[in-house]
Amino acid sequence: MDLAAGMRAQFQFASDQSLLVYFEQLSEEGRSKDRPLQKQGRDEVGAGRTGAARPPQRQITVQANEKVRKLLRLLELEPVASVRNLHPAYCSLLIKFDALHMRHEELEEILRGYLDRLDEAKLPEPRHLEIPVCYGGEFGADLAEVCALRGLTEAQAIELHASAEYLVYFLGFVPGFAYLGELPEALVTPRLATPRRRVSAGSVGIAGNQTGVYPFATPGGWRLLGRTPMAMFRTDRDGLSLLSIGDRVRFTPISADRFAALEKEWV
Amino acid sequence: MGVIRVHEPGLFTTVQDLGREGLGPLGVSASGAGDAISLRLGNRLVGNVAGAAGLEMTLLGGTFVFPEGALLALTGSDFGATLDGKTVELWTALEAKPGQTLRLGPTRSGARCYLCVRGGIAVESFLGSASTHVLSGLGGFDGRALRKGDVLDTGATNGLTRKRKLSARAVKTMEPRKVLRVTPGPQSDWFDEASHRLFYGSMYRVAEDSNRMGLRLEGVAIPMPPDGGGMVSEGVALGAIQMPEGGQPIILFVEQQTTGGYAKIANVISADFHSLGQLRPRDEIRFERVDWETARDLLRQQEEFLASEELILE
Repeated sequence: MDLAAGMRAQFQFASDQSLLVYFEQLSEEGRSKDRPLQKQGRDEVGAGRTGAARPPQRQITVQANEKVRKLLRLLELEPVASVRNLHPAYCSLLIKFDALHMRHEELEEILRGYLDRLDEAKLPEPRHLEIPVCYGGEFGADLAEVCALRGLTEAQAIELHASAEYLVYFLGFVPGFAYLGELPEALVTPRLATPRRRVSAGSVGIAGNQTGVYPFATPGGWRLLGRTPMAMFRTDRDGLSLLSIGDRVRFTPISADRFAALEKEWV
Repeated sequence: MGVIRVHEPGLFTTVQDLGREGLGPLGVSASGAGDAISLRLGNRLVGNVAGAAGLEMTLLGGTFVFPEGALLALTGSDFGATLDGKTVELWTALEAKPGQTLRLGPTRSGARCYLCVRGGIAVESFLGSASTHVLSGLGGFDGRALRKGDVLDTGATNGLTRKRKLSARAVKTMEPRKVLRVTPGPQSDWFDEASHRLFYGSMYRVAEDSNRMGLRLEGVAIPMPPDGGGMVSEGVALGAIQMPEGGQPIILFVEQQTTGGYAKIANVISADFHSLGQLRPRDEIRFERVDWETARDLLRQQEEFLASEELILE
């Protein structure tokens, strides 16, 4: 169905108990592309990928993501019976439902009503958060290589990374992993060809035009610039995740001493 | 109220129920029993609600002592269980007398065995579920797999329950499948005819490093579709079969990542999820395509069968 601002929503059966809603930009001919945003680099955290980063399509991503956040918001405020879970992403929302009580087609019908009201949906005022990061050294094992690839000094790379305010497009992959964008153009670097088997919790990485913080020690293919002493996900915290979808985030450079002090304080 | 003393935890034993839906927006998958049907049936055998928490053991079972006794049932795979040295029958409720020791060993059939006790395992419920989500440390017993020396509480009971046994027909009907039925994945049509023929015509082996997050398969590589590497991450469903660079499929399982950027060629149907939970490393499996209507019907039939009276013998 067509939405305002040249956007279109498309449904796709994902499994026998889930439905994907994609938001895509209508192209100039008024026809949507078959695969929305395929030109943007893949954002799989654990994946290795070589080759030059391709230019991001900024407008489309941010607009589509706003639709995702609005639909998520509406579905949270007015839950649909038999819907069990929601998995938002850049420009899509996966909706898990109980197939014993609902068919894909029935859910699509209900969602059309929600999509019609999408522009009424008020997103909460974004929270602005700061995440302290100790860049380089043992915490940022790839900082030197990123600098070499992009012709930057370490100080420049750090300043660039800390200069932007990033949008939390969504949380995914593992609990509390926020996909943040967009990285300043001068820092855009492809992910590692071979992912690390283990990335420490708190590691701050970049991949393509995205940046993010690993909440847990997991395998990962993003290039590491530094580490934060902040816990991204805590089971004893209200809301669990430090970041929520739609938040705005800045990184603040800190020294190794400050890192050690904060780590001690926050344990 | 009673307790279970963990003398040996086994290889990987966690508290699980039917999972914790609703945290997808935070990147947390539902978790829950890998073979939910075995857990549900175990709970019925001991007179619990279907979603009560039990212990999920993996490949190698543990040793447990019941200082105050318990009514218990073992379901799922045969881990060669004994109670004070006497063989314990699967799918049958039995009474452990105070101080008796339940000992399980390595599996003789599939990957998972469930221990259900009357009253359920009593752990603090987190957002309505007792399920352990290991990576995030959420739920279950301290958010982790059991260790030697742990003492678990069991829930309140109202005294006697008749000794129940699962019907032979039910055991047969619920037997895990090695031919998994699938519906098309969201990117199914990105793969050409030859890739589909390869995928549906080949045997795949379950790799050693499979776990509750995902089952890694080894076999004929499926070529990545053109532009398959340029996919934007999207939400992924339980049972999604994704194709990474190497073309070796990964089936996302109960503690799955919530989003992913690989093309999905197919998705295991819900009626076959419990079979996924019983797959062991080196098991050989195949995929069979069914249509959406069939997938729905199979799920409905399975639920009707699970609800039927003839299932449980008193």
